[in-house]
Amino acid sequence: MSFYFAQFLTGLSSASSLFLVACGLSLIFGVTRVVNFAHGSFYMLGAYVAYSLVQVVPGSILGFWGSVLAAALIVALVGVLVEMLILKRIYNAPELYQLVATFGVVLLMQDAILLIFGGEDQFGPRAPGLDGVVRIFGEPIPEYDLLLIALGPIVLGVMWLLLNRTRWGILVRAATLDREMVAALGVNQSWLFTTVFFLGSFLAGLGGALQVPRVSINLLMDLSIIAEAFVVVVIGGMGSIPGAFIAALLIGELNAFGVLVLPQATIVLAFVVMAVVLVIRPYGLLGKAETLAHSAGQVELPIRPASTLAKSVAGLLLAGLVVMPFLAGEFAIVLATDVLIFALFAASLHFIMSNGGMVSFGHAAYFGLGAYGAAFVIKYAGGSMELALLAAPLMAAAGALVFGWFCVRLSGVYMAMLTLAAAQIVWSTAFQWQDLTGGDDGLLGIWPSEWAKSKTAYYYLALVLCGGGILAMRRMIFSPFGYTLRGGRDNPNRTESIGINLRHHQWAAFIVAGMFAGIAGGVYVFSKGSIFPDEAAIPRSVDALVMVLLGGVQTLSGPVVGAGVFRLLEDEISRLDYWRAILGAIIIAIVVIAPEGIAGFIKKIAIKAGFERNEEQSS
Amino acid sequence: MTAPVLSVRNLSKSFGGLQAVSDVSFDLAKGELLALIGPNGAGKTTCFNMLNGQLRADAGQVMLNGTSILGLSPRRVWRMGVGRTFQITATYASMTVRENVQMALISHHRRTWDIWRSASSLHVDEAMQLLKLVGMHEQAERAAAILAYGDLKRLELAIALAHAPELLLMDEPTAGMAPKERVRLMQLTADIVAERGISVLFTEHDMDVVFAHAHRIMVLNRGELIATGSVDEVRNDARVQEVYLGGGTLFEDQAHG
Ligand SMILES: Nc1ncnc2c1ncn2[C@@H]1O[C@H](COP(=O)(O)OP(=O)(O)OP(=O)(O)O)[C@@H](O)[C@H]1O
Ligand SMILES: [Mg+2]
Repeated sequence: MSFYFAQFLTGLSSASSLFLVACGLSLIFGVTRVVNFAHGSFYMLGAYVAYSLVQVVPGSILGFWGSVLAAALIVALVGVLVEMLILKRIYNAPELYQLVATFGVVLLMQDAILLIFGGEDQFGPRAPGLDGVVRIFGEPIPEYDLLLIALGPIVLGVMWLLLNRTRWGILVRAATLDREMVAALGVNQSWLFTTVFFLGSFLAGLGGALQVPRVSINLLMDLSIIAEAFVVVVIGGMGSIPGAFIAALLIGELNAFGVLVLPQATIVLAFVVMAVVLVIRPYGLLGKAETLAHSAGQVELPIRPASTLAKSVAGLLLAGLVVMPFLAGEFAIVLATDVLIFALFAASLHFIMSNGGMVSFGHAAYFGLGAYGAAFVIKYAGGSMELALLAAPLMAAAGALVFGWFCVRLSGVYMAMLTLAAAQIVWSTAFQWQDLTGGDDGLLGIWPSEWAKSKTAYYYLALVLCGGGILAMRRMIFSPFGYTLRGGRDNPNRTESIGINLRHHQWAAFIVAGMFAGIAGGVYVFSKGSIFPDEAAIPRSVDALVMVLLGGVQTLSGPVVGAGVFRLLEDEISRLDYWRAILGAIIIAIVVIAPEGIAGFIKKIAIKAGFERNEEQSS
Repeated sequence: MTAPVLSVRNLSKSFGGLQAVSDVSFDLAKGELLALIGPNGAGKTTCFNMLNGQLRADAGQVMLNGTSILGLSPRRVWRMGVGRTFQITATYASMTVRENVQMALISHHRRTWDIWRSASSLHVDEAMQLLKLVGMHEQAERAAAILAYGDLKRLELAIALAHAPELLLMDEPTAGMAPKERVRLMQLTADIVAERGISVLFTEHDMDVVFAHAHRIMVLNRGELIATGSVDEVRNDARVQEVYLGGGTLFEDQAHG
């Protein structure tokens, strides 16, 4: 009994930590409508800064708490800087662009922290004055945990006072309810957003700083906390701070007790709970329906079959790809195989996201499922490559069938978050179910059949499968099925009122996209000979988003161009020391400077130069 | 008299404390053009939303040719032969005018699951005929996103006619148009429905349009039907006059909203 009580307290203390971070994230989302990936980076930064300060100040109570507060303040200022330099420019962009841009900040921050603080795991000292344990029902409870337990409700109370008793708070609440209204009131919106970012980042920094005496400080903290914080914010209802508190308690306790029952599935549990909550309450426990649809960016022009010029370019490209192995070396062939795989992966995301309006932040799930599906056939069924390449799309489609059923019930940010959760379920399963997947060690020795062993033969196999997949999806985009999805994206209301069951079509599209991502994953695993959980992790999902964005969301050839450029670029810069920072900067630059992407840009030029049909821009 | 196409009894809906529609009952005969008028916020759109299944009614009964359609989803109601246009036009911005109509035809012919053929080559003739009917055939290849508002309304009419409906629900079909164009569009609608024997329930703020084309008028105020009858009956109804202009001279001034 007393053991369970101690476990309960452990749950409460982690709930408090989680709440600090989630509360800031929710606050920022509520006001600015930006889903801020970089929030996890602020948390990590807070931990590193506090750790460094604690090293230099004498180990007094004042020194420790002074360091924690100073760290939170420094993080808050960094947050403001990020907001003013980057986010201010993209507040009106579609959420996809915003999310990808904040992920660019994540990459930048990772390398900045690596550069400044070094890459080793750090263990901070205990908090002076709170380094003992208290015995409750005979169980030792760290004093520091008790402090954290108290801190959660205190922060909730302070936030409540701020939001309900100050003019600033009233404006924040008004902005959370209705952004237009604040603008109408003549409030300086820019200033409001910046202050909200200050407070939100402060809370993230504080949350991180407070972890110094508890956990090891490392460079993986950012993505692990952000995934959990997303879950909390989504369960609570995006923008709702009391909701975040309740959800943090739920997840904190779920983790504390889940580890006793299902130690293998602790990460999965949180995401399962989130999925269930969202299906029952599509806007979270205390969230409200979004009052304002997110701006969808520029209105898209009708799609047209490729022009003669575009067809010739595509024909030349294809011819080039066919003869390429005769002209290029092995290295180029391997790289080209990679490009083909990722072009298919990106195209499958483009299919649902651009054409169908279903933003997926977790598309790596299906890439990973395909890859593992193929690997399982080789490892456990003694099957051939051919069989494995059949299993890959089936496994991915099965995953998409299950997750898609949940996801198509939602829309906008909530759908995006649920797709992210689905991907985290896949990733954590791959990570934690060691007996099956080898966990972090992955599955090795998955090689092609004899006939496809040479790099050239495998390249042609990839060309047929990936090229075929891309063309098949392109054909679908022009078909009634594709048009139905497009219609559902343009106007769901109209679609339902001409007798179409939109949800069924979206579900099917989700499965189709998953299937093609699975083929990409299957081809990938044989080209590398191994598979690791990373292939289903957040960065892989972001890769797909970046490729689509880089090529151009509204351009049919976008994903292919994007994948090509992205892969070549990555290949160049990944040899450099700070390649993450460079990649991050490139991502941010694209979002801010060239949101139409490369293919979109080329198309624009071609239209201007008169090579492509022009569409009237205004009536 | 033959049985009504649409028969509505005691339809009610409240939003929180607000009684948006209360106890509305009426019949709509075959071929009839029935106007539902009332000030802003009277509950007209809410009625439409309940009739086509977009909104769940709190209470009441809706029969289409003797079959209850209340509680069915919008797509089921559409399949039963009810077309609808929206107060705020609902079209596909990233498709051409022709493709917008083709989508309705594709759905009507149950081909939305086709993943092979090119959507924009299906039912072209049928789509062009519908566009011709509403006078939009010359703009068939333009993007819907760049149409003038009045043209969007015409396009919506073509879409709504695609599955040869028996009943049309038109929410402010002429809103946002120039006065002359309004009368023309309503005349066009009246001709089409007369020729095809379609019944129409429409809302409209422009009294010229209503008086010129409605066979019968219902007046809704704060969710309640306060008058039903012929144009003259409604025009001379004391309560209606009060609702519209506080009892002054009615309608000659063209009350807008
Ligand atoms: N989804 C909703 N939630 C809450 N209230 C609503 C909702 N839809 C409509 N209302 C309210 O119900 C009342 C009736 O609205 P409705 O749109 O039906 O009026 P209307 O007669 O169509 O007005 P208009 O002439 O301006 O189009 C209004 O007071 C409106 O604010
Ligand atoms: Mg209305």
